[in-house]
Amino acid sequence: MSDTPHTSLLLSLLAVFAPLSLVTIGGGQSAIADINRQVVDVHHWISQSQFVDAFAISRMAPGPGSLLVTLIGWQVAGFWGAVVSTAAIFGPTTFLIYAVAHVWSRNGEARWKRALETGLRPVAAGMILAATYVLLQAIDGGWFARAIAFASTAALLLTKVNPLFLIAAGVAVFVGLHMLGVVQV
Amino acid sequence: MSKPESPSAPSCSQLFWIFTRIGLTSFGGGLSGWLLREFVQNRNWMTQEEFLNGLSISQALPGVNVKNMAVWIGYRLQGWRGAVVGFVGIIIPPAVVIVLLGTAFSSLSGYPLTHVALTGAAAAAVGLSLSMGVTAARAVPRNAVALTIMAATFIAVAILHWPLFWVVLAAGSISVAHAYVRGK
Repeated sequence: MSDTPHTSLLLSLLAVFAPLSLVTIGGGQSAIADINRQVVDVHHWISQSQFVDAFAISRMAPGPGSLLVTLIGWQVAGFWGAVVSTAAIFGPTTFLIYAVAHVWSRNGEARWKRALETGLRPVAAGMILAATYVLLQAIDGGWFARAIAFASTAALLLTKVNPLFLIAAGVAVFVGLHMLGVVQV
Repeated sequence: MSKPESPSAPSCSQLFWIFTRIGLTSFGGGLSGWLLREFVQNRNWMTQEEFLNGLSISQALPGVNVKNMAVWIGYRLQGWRGAVVGFVGIIIPPAVVIVLLGTAFSSLSGYPLTHVALTGAAAAAVGLSLSMGVTAARAVPRNAVALTIMAATFIAVAILHWPLFWVVLAAGSISVAHAYVRGK
């Protein structure tokens, strides 16, 4: 970040990512294809291979996957690029959920609230299970990876195990199997 | 959600550290599963019912779910300060990490084992998403309409790949209208 990025570049980042944040119903994944198109094809900020690398990093990093946008902002316009892009992708919808949380706390046991809570429940459950199904389909490492996923699910549902332990175990088992030549990824 | 401040309500700094810790250790995804574990199962700071209400609303509104959840939980436990702490804790520390990883990537990706290790982490993290899904499905009201809506949402998103916006709008409207009529 040796050179100060132009304000117009920061404004373009804001103009691209803020609208995308509003179409991310059901999580950030739905916006990835649009982000790719905007930053590579439309604005030529980074190349396709840089985008693929950034996407891979966002999957290996902890935290929300949408931080992909933070990394792209950093690569395009340094520190302020990262700040502006992060604010653009997370900011607008934060005011929305904040407003809803506020309204919720102000209206005791209204019937419409009860209806929204109960009514949205099957939709949310269906979406979470669908997202998990897609993850299970896309996972590298075939049936060994799926077996780890199911074992980890059972452990979480039946015991009080710390999830970090499960993740460490997943890493250890996979690296072990790889060294024995059992799995290729 | 009328401020039932349980005696064990967490302070803002406690909240901040928990969100930060989850933000920094949630390799492979499944963050809402982490939140359920910490806030409901391990610490009893909110009931599973309250958590699932927030989760349903976070899913139906636009915005990254886990960030929506962090703001919701933060607000629920400590008002606007909690919401700010939730947002900052779940976003900023991992944002710093991703930039650091981005600068170190060329050296990290040189090791083939990096990819193997991350695949193992991602496989275990799918368990967080799946157990979250099972918990949410168990809490769906046991009536034909609700169960059909859940199945239809799953098929529309997972199998047919319909756009989420329209699925949420259609399934959500029918389901909420049904719950409203039933729940007088």
